[in-house]
Amino acid sequence: MVVMKSEKFDYFINGDKGKYEVVIGLEVHAQVLSNSKLFSGSPTKFGAEPNEHVSLIDSAFPGMLPVINEECVKQAVRTGLGLNAKINNYSVFDRKNYFYADLPQGYQISQYKNPIVGEGKVLLDMPYGSKEVGIERLHLEQDAGKSIHDMDPSNTYVDLNRSGIALMEIVSKPDLRSPDEVNAYIKKLRSIMRYLGTCDGNMQEGSLRADVNVSVRKVGVKEFGTRCEIKNVNSIKFMQMAIEYEASRQVELLESGKEIDQETRLFDTKKNETRSMRSKEDAHDYRYFPDPDLLPLKLDQKLVDDLKKSLPELPDKKKERFVKDYGLNAYEANVLVSEKEISDYYEEVAKLSDNKLAATWMMGDLFAMLNDKGLNISNSPISAKDFAELVQAIKSGEISGRIAKEVFEIMIESGDNPKKIIETKGLKQQSDPKELEKMINEILAKNKDKVDQYKSGKEKLFGFFVGQVMKSSGGKANPQLTNEILKKLLKG
Amino acid sequence: MIDITNQSLNQIIKRIKTKEISSTDLTKAYIKNIEGAKKLNAFVTTTFDYALDKAKQFDNKPNFDQLLPGIPLAVKDLFCTENFKTTAGSNILNNFVPSYESTVTKNLWDNGSFLLGKLNCDEFAMGSSNETSYFGNVINPVGDQIVPGGSSGGSSSALAADLTPATIGTDTGGSIRQPASFTGTVGLKPTYGLCSRWGIVAFASSLDQAGPMTKDITDCAIMLEAMSGFDEKDSTSINKKKENYSKNLKDNIKGLKIGIPKEYRVDNMPKEIDELWEKGKKILKDLGADLIDISLPHTKYALPTYYIVAPAEASSNLARYDGVRYGYRSEKGKDLIEMYENTRSEGFGDEVKRRILIGTYVLSSGYYDAYYLKAQKVRQLIKKDFDDNFTKVDAILTPSTPSSAFKIGEKTNDPVSMYLNDIFTVPTNLAGLPALSLPAGLDKQGLPLGLQLIGKPLDEQKILNIGYAFEKNCGFKNEIKKWWS
Repeated sequence: MVVMKSEKFDYFINGDKGKYEVVIGLEVHAQVLSNSKLFSGSPTKFGAEPNEHVSLIDSAFPGMLPVINEECVKQAVRTGLGLNAKINNYSVFDRKNYFYADLPQGYQISQYKNPIVGEGKVLLDMPYGSKEVGIERLHLEQDAGKSIHDMDPSNTYVDLNRSGIALMEIVSKPDLRSPDEVNAYIKKLRSIMRYLGTCDGNMQEGSLRADVNVSVRKVGVKEFGTRCEIKNVNSIKFMQMAIEYEASRQVELLESGKEIDQETRLFDTKKNETRSMRSKEDAHDYRYFPDPDLLPLKLDQKLVDDLKKSLPELPDKKKERFVKDYGLNAYEANVLVSEKEISDYYEEVAKLSDNKLAATWMMGDLFAMLNDKGLNISNSPISAKDFAELVQAIKSGEISGRIAKEVFEIMIESGDNPKKIIETKGLKQQSDPKELEKMINEILAKNKDKVDQYKSGKEKLFGFFVGQVMKSSGGKANPQLTNEILKKLLKG
Repeated sequence: MIDITNQSLNQIIKRIKTKEISSTDLTKAYIKNIEGAKKLNAFVTTTFDYALDKAKQFDNKPNFDQLLPGIPLAVKDLFCTENFKTTAGSNILNNFVPSYESTVTKNLWDNGSFLLGKLNCDEFAMGSSNETSYFGNVINPVGDQIVPGGSSGGSSSALAADLTPATIGTDTGGSIRQPASFTGTVGLKPTYGLCSRWGIVAFASSLDQAGPMTKDITDCAIMLEAMSGFDEKDSTSINKKKENYSKNLKDNIKGLKIGIPKEYRVDNMPKEIDELWEKGKKILKDLGADLIDISLPHTKYALPTYYIVAPAEASSNLARYDGVRYGYRSEKGKDLIEMYENTRSEGFGDEVKRRILIGTYVLSSGYYDAYYLKAQKVRQLIKKDFDDNFTKVDAILTPSTPSSAFKIGEKTNDPVSMYLNDIFTVPTNLAGLPALSLPAGLDKQGLPLGLQLIGKPLDEQKILNIGYAFEKNCGFKNEIKKWWS
C-alpha cells in the first residue's frame, strides 16, 4: 500500500560538497507459475522433501537434453504484455557457464542477446504523482538449486528441487530514485504478475528476488555514477535498507575524494551493511553462447495475439474504472486494485452495499484487522457477503458506525452474519424521534445544573449530553437524530 | 559348417528367420569370437549373461516380423544403456551405470535385438585413432599395431573382426566414417536430427549424430531403419515419417548426377587416394551416372571451423562431470574448488583437457567474436556451398580420408596431424548432411580405403542406393585373417 508521506519528491543525500541523487535499477527474478520446470517435466511445487522433484535432466545426467515447456513461454509472453512490452517473436537460449555445486549442468540456460521480451514500461503512483519506470527486457532462464551450508559443520548439502524452475528476469532501466519508489515498483510488478497469474510473488518462498544496482550523482549531473550491484535481496525492506546503506557509503567515498569501484556486493541483513563480494576484475567470464541443444524460439504472432486477447483487466485499467464507476478517489482506487483478490472482494461488497462506504470500511477496519492477525484478503474470516451486509446496515441507518465496530468484532469472533448479531444482541439503532425525545428529556431533567451552565455559554457541555444519551441507550441512539433533538431541546 | 559370424547381418537375419540357426547359437558364436579377441581390446564391457538370457527368450517366443530378430549387438560405449556401465571411454565415468536407455539403443532393442557388450572408443569421442580411451587403444583387425580409426574404433574393430554382426557409432567430425574406411566396412552419418541424441553422452551437440556401422549397404539400411526416428525428448530431432530404407534399396542409378568437388584434392594426398577416387568415379559412370565437376570453395576452412565449434560446445557439455552427483570424484582437495580441480584433472585424459581448454578459450570474452562467432559464420558459408551445389547434383563423391590407417603411436604427439584425418569428413557435420563411407579398395600395404558419398538433407535413401550399386560393381571384399586368435 502506498503511504502518503509528502507531496514533493525529496529523497536526496546531503553531503558537505553537495546534494546527491540516488539512481537505482533492478533485476527482478520472478519464478514462473507453472506445473513443471522450464526444460523438464519435474514438478515445481514448493515445500517438498529435498531432492524430491529432480529429474535426470535437472541433475544433468549424461546424454540428457532440455525440452522447452510451452506454458513457461506463454507465461513470459503474458508478463511481457502486462508490462506493455515488445514481444520478440524470435529469441535464443544461451548457456551461461560457471561451476557451482548447485548448478548441475555447469551452465545455466538463459537468454542473453535475444530475450523473449524487449522494452516496456510500468506506471507507479507516487504521492508526488504518476511515475513511469522503463523496462529494459524480460528473459527466461533456469533457477539454480540450493546449497545449504548450515546443516553440517564440514559439509554443504545440495537440494536440487529448485534446479531448473523457470525464472523471468525483469530488468528495469535505471529510472528509480528512492527506496520508496523501489517499494512501489516491486509491489506494482508483483501486482501485475499476480493479476496475470504468472508469478505468485511470494518473497518468503523466494519466488521473487532482486539484484539491486545503485549509483549516486550530484543533483543536476547528467552522467551516471559508477554502480554497485547488490546481489539477491529477497525482501522489499532489505532492498530499501541496502539502498540506503549503499547510497550513503558511495556518497561518503565521493565526499572524501575516493572513487567507487564497480563491484558486486552482498547485503548482510544482520549487520545492515553491504560488503564486497567480487570486484569487476574478478567478475566471472560466463562464456555465453547459444545452447546447441535448443533451437531458437520462434513465436507465432497468432499465439501472441491470442494471449493478448485473453489477458485479464490489469491494475491500471481497473483503477481508472474504479474512479469512474464507483466514484472513488485516486488513492482509494489505487489501494483497492493493488491485489486482484482485494479488488474482487471490493467489487462484491460494493455491489451489495454502498461504493464509498464499502471502500472506507475495507481500507479502515477490515485491513487493520487482517494486518493484526497476519492474514490476507483471501483467508479473511469475514466473507465479502457478510461484510457487505454490515456496510449496508450502516448505510441504511440500521446501526451506527460505533455499533458497527462492535458488530464487526463479534463477526470475527463468532463468524455469525451481521443481521443475526444485530438481532440477537438487540443492537439496532434507536431512530424513533419520539422515543429519543422522551429519553433526552429525562436526561436533561436529571442534569438541570448542566443545562443551566450550557445555556449560560458553556457550550462544550454538548458532548456531555450526547455521552449521556449514548450511555443510557447502550450506544444504540441514532447519533444524527440525537444531535438534532438535543440542539432543539437545549434551545428551548 | 559355415562360420555364421562371418556373414553379413542381412544373411544372418535370413538364417534366423528360416530357423537355420537359433538366437542362442548365434549369440554363443559371437561370445566365442569376443573371448578369443581380447587382444584387440574392442570391448570395455561384455554383457554375455544378459545376451544369452535375451537370446533364450527370443528362441522360446520368436517374433520374426521384427527388423532385427534375435540379433545380439555390441554398441559404442557412448550410448547410455540401462543397468550397464557406460564410460564414454573416460575415467570420469568409469563407475557410471545409467538408470536409463538411450533412444537409439532402445529403438534397436524394440526391433528385436539385444545388447552383447559396450565398445571401446576415444574418450568422449575425441580422437581419430581410439588412442585417447582410458581403457587403452583398440587394435585394427586388418593388422597388428594398426589403429582402427576413431572415435568409434571399438565399433569398427569389433565389426571387422566378426565380434558383432553390425554396430552403431557416433559421428561428430568423422567418427563413424573414418573408422569404417580404416577397417573396410560401411559407415553412415545420417542427417543431423534423424537419430535422437537423447541418452548419448554429448561431445558437441550441434554436430553429434549416431549412425550405423555395418558390413554392407543392405545391413546399413536395416540398421538405419531400426535406430532412426523422431524423438520429442530431443529438441533438434526431425519430425518426419519413418522410412523403409532396406525395402526401398535400388541399384539403378542411371542418370543420377554425381558432383566431384575439386577442393577435395588436397596437397600431399597420397597417389593411392587419388587413384581410388578415379576408380570410384569410373564405376559410377559405368553405371550410368553423370559426373559433374563442382566447387565447394569454403572447404579449406572446414577443419579450423570444426576445431573451434566442437571444442566450444564440448567445454560446456563436459562441465557436468564435476564429481558432485555421479562418476569419478577425487578424494583430494580441501574445498569445492579443489575437489573440482582434482576430479577433473584425474578424471579426464590429455586430449579431452586440450579440447576443453581450446573451447574455453574461444568462448572467452574478448575472443568470442574472433573465434566462435566467426566460426559460426563460416559454418553457414560451408553449408551454403553444399546447398548451392545440391541444386545441380544428387550426391557428391569424395575420398573418406586422406590416408589409410596409420600405426599406433604414429600421430599421438602431433595433434594437428591427427586432426587432419578428419579433413574430408568434418564439412558434412558442419552442414548437417548425411554421408556414407564405402569400402572401395586397398592400398599398397593391403590396408582398406574408403570413398564418401554425401547427400542432401534427409536423402539417405539415395546415397544408400548409390552405395548399393557401387558395392555390387566394386568387387571389394574385406579379407581379414584372424591373426589375433
